[in-house]
Amino acid sequence: MPALVEVKNLKKYFETPRGMLHAVDDVSFSIAQGKTMGIVGESGCGKSTLGRVIIHLLESTGGSIYFEGEDVTEVNSRQLRKQRECMKIIFQDPYSSLNPRMTVEQTIMEPLIISGRYAKQERLEETERLISMVGLDQRFRRSYPHELSGGQRQRVGVARALALHPKFIVCDEPVSSLDISVQAQILNLLQDLQAQHGLTYMFITHDLSVARHVANDICVMYIGQLVETSPSRELFLHPLHPYTQALVSAVPSIDIHRKKERIILKGEITSPVHPKPGCRFARRCKYECKPCHEPQRLEEVLPNHFVACCRVREINSL
Amino acid sequence: MVNTVTAEGKPVKTKRQSEFGIVARRLAKNSSAVIGFGLALILVLMAIFAPLIAPYAYDQQDLLNSRAAPSGEHLFGTDELGRDVFSRIVWGSRFSLSIGFLAVLFSSSVGMLLGAIAGFFGKVVDDIIMRLMDVIQSIPGILLAIAISVVLGPGIFNTLLALGFGGITMACRLTRAAVLRVRNEEYLEAAISINASTARIILRHVLPNSFAPVLVSATMMIGGIIMAAAMLSFIGLGVQPPTPEWGSMIAGGRSLIRTCPWMVTFPGIFIMLTVLAFNMFGDGLRDALDPKLKK
Amino acid sequence: MMMSKDNAFLSVRDLVVEYTAEGQVIHAVNGVSFDLERGKTFGLVGETGSGKTTIPKAILRILPDPPAKIRGGEIYLDGVDLLKLSAKEMRKIRGRKISMIFQDPMTALNPIMKIGLQVAEVIKMHNDITWREANKRAVRMLETVGIPADRFGEYPHQFSGGMGQRVVIAIALACSPELLIADEPTSALDVTIQAQVLEMIAKLKKEFNTSMVMISHNLGVVAEQCDDLAVVYAGEIVELGSKEAVFDRPTHPYTKGLLGAVPTLDEERERLNRIPGMPPDPSDLPAGCHFNPRCPIATERCGYEKIDLREIEAGHFCRCINVSGPEE
Repeated sequence: MPALVEVKNLKKYFETPRGMLHAVDDVSFSIAQGKTMGIVGESGCGKSTLGRVIIHLLESTGGSIYFEGEDVTEVNSRQLRKQRECMKIIFQDPYSSLNPRMTVEQTIMEPLIISGRYAKQERLEETERLISMVGLDQRFRRSYPHELSGGQRQRVGVARALALHPKFIVCDEPVSSLDISVQAQILNLLQDLQAQHGLTYMFITHDLSVARHVANDICVMYIGQLVETSPSRELFLHPLHPYTQALVSAVPSIDIHRKKERIILKGEITSPVHPKPGCRFARRCKYECKPCHEPQRLEEVLPNHFVACCRVREINSL
Repeated sequence: MVNTVTAEGKPVKTKRQSEFGIVARRLAKNSSAVIGFGLALILVLMAIFAPLIAPYAYDQQDLLNSRAAPSGEHLFGTDELGRDVFSRIVWGSRFSLSIGFLAVLFSSSVGMLLGAIAGFFGKVVDDIIMRLMDVIQSIPGILLAIAISVVLGPGIFNTLLALGFGGITMACRLTRAAVLRVRNEEYLEAAISINASTARIILRHVLPNSFAPVLVSATMMIGGIIMAAAMLSFIGLGVQPPTPEWGSMIAGGRSLIRTCPWMVTFPGIFIMLTVLAFNMFGDGLRDALDPKLKK
Repeated sequence: MMMSKDNAFLSVRDLVVEYTAEGQVIHAVNGVSFDLERGKTFGLVGETGSGKTTIPKAILRILPDPPAKIRGGEIYLDGVDLLKLSAKEMRKIRGRKISMIFQDPMTALNPIMKIGLQVAEVIKMHNDITWREANKRAVRMLETVGIPADRFGEYPHQFSGGMGQRVVIAIALACSPELLIADEPTSALDVTIQAQVLEMIAKLKKEFNTSMVMISHNLGVVAEQCDDLAVVYAGEIVELGSKEAVFDRPTHPYTKGLLGAVPTLDEERERLNRIPGMPPDPSDLPAGCHFNPRCPIATERCGYEKIDLREIEAGHFCRCINVSGPEE
């Protein structure tokens, strides 16, 4: 399957008063067309920053981004406009991602107006089509965000992202702020849209269960570093990196008869400002040793299963 | 509140409300805001229908009847030139209120634009604009108005500029603060992601969501501007006689305050009522806009 | 599960709470009853607007009045009806007999007060001791929750989410309360930190033999921490029972819907079970069974009849007229 999106050694650093913040540090992976890549991690892992850098909402500090085989890391403004039509984003917070003073219709129509390719009547028709595509009733066209529920607002966000037929959508925690029953509706909607329109998703979430459900492949991030990546089912069957193992074991389960050995990590999630070299998880890892403080490389340990840990084989008896 | 079920579920009921409607309802429940609004409305109506209400022209002199105390013929008495004080007050409302509105409009628009630019672009632009505001603000308001008035000379337009200039800083700071808050909202990122130009982002997304605090401060500034206009006239700047601006009426009657107190008292009362009306309404408006509906 | 009110440590009976806002009446809690045995943990599960947060605040009587009003019911703690106590008597109970942990440590802690003092303050309030002694006990309490003594003088903003929540827990447990109410104690925390904090709560609960009421929208957390639970919908309990009963044999269509809607690590689901529609507007609840507009097995009776909780097997209750018994 050809890769639609590929990143190589992508870096994004921010200058802060306390020092250089390594939000995304040397991340590489590729996403095949029509598939969903799950990016999981906890606070400070850089997953949201990663999403924004890939779709050019933020400028990368280093590394490269490829779209449909072309290097799109540095683009001039004309290419940027075109790129932005192919890559869209759905935000986490349904309350702040919509302009409170614009109606549903105005919000969805805006990308159509900006593209300049639609006449007025076509815009209205296209907006109507998008509204029903996301399962929203047409009578909400003139409603303002504060009149809608969280799930309905999120549908508007999806409709806005779908205008202009993008190929790639970054979903930044799209269901984390929603109630359980509404979460299921939106996740099903996203799956349906992917099947109908051949969309490719990068699905960012801190919720492993959601990632397992939606993603074909998963990247696990910790403080800006990519620590493990593999197909979804494989990751949960054989989590190899000590952090992934702790993460998976930490998820509370509704299966009350499952006897789980819970790995409790010591210490706190450290800050990505001015980090020390080597594996950033080492300080909390029970297998920590001297080589952990050298830069770690992502190695293919099992078929299609990459891990960045110098002791991965011995920890997992491979 | 809306209680509906989406296309898949069974619909229950829809009750639509615009944001304006919600704010209006909240205002209606606030008694002091209602009183303030009512009072302001009366004053505005008085200004609009001045020709119908005032029994005399504002410059109609009747030297034989000058300095007359309030009576059936002259409700508020006459001034030193025999002009009917009541008529002058009624006509004067046109001048005083329009000065108030227009000066505030001027300072709010200029202030909002500067504040939006400062807040949105940040860094050097922000520094320059805010230091400019600091300079303007470091001069006490009335002195600034006097200085500009002296430089520009008399006349309504120049008075407007002089009075409105100091208010720019307030509108600018309020807008800048609101813009800084809005800048972190995700719908701005969304606008960038759909290729919106910077101009579009500022005009369509930033400004409409930042003007509420300016609206409140503007209503309350009206009272202050009218007072300042009165002060300018009092010291001989700004509006000149025979224009019946309330402040200049007080100035004119100053020397006769012991013998003809009505010449000073009535204009004073009307200035007070205007300031009160707009302040009460502005207070209520702030409360009504304040907890924005966020579920 | 529903014992006589003399046996249970905490017994809530027919609690009704209303909010009045802008002329509208919001029926937040509509006749909730449950019991808690000493030393056990009781879970309240629900979505937004279910009333699950209002219930514990009513127990502690910290609901702002206005706009909230407790319109009916009784809350027996160790045989005493809390709703009949005076404000002064209630103050003696809060922090001492009952304590509460809130969701966001950053808003639950006073930002301009040293955390050590916040713990000591609670201790001093309920014990006739000197400040010196209170500080000493506070240090001990902080160490119990894993915060080293040298952080006594730090401020909340210097703590991360997980450590902040530990401080909140220290404050809550400082006077060894008999009942702890935890309102979404880990929802604002990362997964690995959540595991740490939950483990600590479980450990402390055992050590102090504290009874706990835990409110959560996270079914997994409830499944792990609670002995018994109630599923709350539109201010009513729709299913009540031990965790084995509710998770292994869910009976109410809403409970089944919730369990089917949650993605899980344990099994692969092609498609998530959907509950159509949205949680109801508490100021305008549907007639009859409040869940009926969204229910896959609703019948005509559901639209107008008042449905009571029925015991479908020993200790397992369900508020539905269309289910006869639990299915496996």
